[in-house]
Amino acid sequence: MTATPVVLETRPEHPPEGTAAAEVVSTDLRYLRDIAGSATAADVDRSLSASHPSLVDFAVLLSAPASERLEALAQKAHRITKARFGATVRLFSPLYLSNECVSTCTYCGFSAENEIHRRTLTPDELRAEAAELHRRGFRHLLLVSGEHARIVSREYIEECVAAVAQHFAQVDVEVQVWDADTYRRFGAAGADGVIVYQETYDPATYASVHLKGKKRNYAWRLAAPDRAAAAGIRRLGIGALLGLHPDWRSDAIALAAHGRALIKRWWRCEVQVALPRLRPAAGGFEPVDPVSDADLVQLLCAMRIVLPDVGISLSTREPAELRDALVPLGVTAMSAGSHTEPGGYADESDAEPQFEISDRRSPADVAAALRAAGYDPVWKDWQRA
Amino acid sequence: MDTRPDEITPPMVSNADDLVSNTDHLVVGGRSFKSRLFIGTGKFPSNEALRRAIVSSGTEIVTVALRRIDPTADEDILDAVPDGVLVLTNTSGAVDAGEAVRLARLARAAGLPEWIKLEVTPDPRYLLPDPVETLKAAEQLCSEGFTVLPYCPADPILCKRLEEAGCATVMPLGSWIGSNQGLRTRNAIEIIVEQAVVPVVVDAGLGAPSHAAEAMEIGADAVLVNTAIGTAGDPAAMAVAFKLAVEAGRMGRLSGLAASRMMAEASSPLTGFLS
Ligand code: SF4
Repeated sequence: MTATPVVLETRPEHPPEGTAAAEVVSTDLRYLRDIAGSATAADVDRSLSASHPSLVDFAVLLSAPASERLEALAQKAHRITKARFGATVRLFSPLYLSNECVSTCTYCGFSAENEIHRRTLTPDELRAEAAELHRRGFRHLLLVSGEHARIVSREYIEECVAAVAQHFAQVDVEVQVWDADTYRRFGAAGADGVIVYQETYDPATYASVHLKGKKRNYAWRLAAPDRAAAAGIRRLGIGALLGLHPDWRSDAIALAAHGRALIKRWWRCEVQVALPRLRPAAGGFEPVDPVSDADLVQLLCAMRIVLPDVGISLSTREPAELRDALVPLGVTAMSAGSHTEPGGYADESDAEPQFEISDRRSPADVAAALRAAGYDPVWKDWQRA
Repeated sequence: MDTRPDEITPPMVSNADDLVSNTDHLVVGGRSFKSRLFIGTGKFPSNEALRRAIVSSGTEIVTVALRRIDPTADEDILDAVPDGVLVLTNTSGAVDAGEAVRLARLARAAGLPEWIKLEVTPDPRYLLPDPVETLKAAEQLCSEGFTVLPYCPADPILCKRLEEAGCATVMPLGSWIGSNQGLRTRNAIEIIVEQAVVPVVVDAGLGAPSHAAEAMEIGADAVLVNTAIGTAGDPAAMAVAFKLAVEAGRMGRLSGLAASRMMAEASSPLTGFLS
């Protein structure tokens, strides 16, 4: 992969020039937020019929007048999703490697402040977990862990990726952020995707919820997908944890801007976004600006309309009926039967989960529900060559 | 690389002068331009007609073929270019990357600005740009410090590759050079515009002011016109017509084009579960 000639290895306050992160930082979010606050019904009509909708259209589609036109948004999002992705939903499973964490993030069950039982899978335990997920049908795995540079080191993650890559068609990692060199090593070990949620795009809110640890470095985290892409990783996942910021629309707009910038800069990569809503976890953090179901529908549809080709993944944080209803509106990937505590699949684990699961159906049940709705549950749609 | 802020923050339109002349500048290679119309200098009946067309169009960038330049002649094409207008030397006539690079180096040696409109057209009939040789030449010239504006097929992937090579713009063709057929590549240019992180200049084939307006309406950052002005009955008047069309198209783009139609769709409701 030819990389843009930019220096990605420094750790500046601001992301390096020539990165998607730098573009997000220079985006006039306030202007877009104002649009979301002042758009008219005529603006909504225009944005709904734009042939190549822009971020301005995205902001318009998040506005109050657009919420009055939710069904029109949904129909359009549905048409686009059918045209671009057909009637398919990719199923994947998270596999939690470790809940060790040295960081303090106020919203997370793994936070260092929480007195929870900590556990890190040994290679044998990892194999047992992976075998169980394989037995349940999964061929796409997402390896997840807390942030502990010593216990969850780059060598450990590399080893875990290599161990599961032999048996799974696609392996993504959602772990602490690294430099490009480490991402290259993950890629060589068999990782196809790197998922990094910025959690919130507002630097002040970011600082207020990330109290201690390496995750406090906003710019370094924001440019992580750029570093992964520069290292040749093909699939980039981003997301915002909705409810952290006092105005969720603002984070949603930044997320869309980030997705768009990544697609433009790293046009060879597949970009995937997630729209998780804050869930209860150890520590008892309450959402500041809760996102209602209707808000979530509006956001999902707007995202699909403005970024017609991005993958949109939906986790088991959301309840079963809602997940089923959201599928036609733009969802392209779903986790199923998830456990968010390390070691939860092969055995009963006594480790603490990262957050509470809502859709507790088995993978087979989720697949059956998709089939009943006319969708093809896809267990494998990728193979490393 | 220049970012394309208009997509994110179009200026609020309160005053037409503000929109087109004062605040909405085109930035290429770190230089700011008020005019979004580039003019090619071939095919004019005289140097005087060319000079009048340049002045009346308000253009700030003209392209000149290196092979037309002869500083030792009594009357050279460069004499027609008023001060302050950037001369973009083009490599027309080059049939491969090697020739294009040599022409660019000659231009540099002759003391011309290190801004190159890269043209590699091995096909003498349609003068179609060779995508492979254009990319090769662009990589070389960018690495030598030239500001490179490549004329290229309207191919979105090629445009991304040219961008990565370090080009200051991409210049996809609207239709065959000199054909006056307008935006035959409209759909591809829409994708190029959507994806680009450098300015998109639609080059070649724009035969009427309405074509230029259409290119600007779909989001091109600028257009380059030559034949339609150079061969017009009154080149200076046609230059004005293009200037106004470019401004009209740009203003239309920024002020939010009206919805063309809303499809009424009878389908089963998708959001009924919310109530
Ligand atoms: S969000 Fe990540 S870094 Fe923060 S406490 Fe949780 S696991 Fe640790």
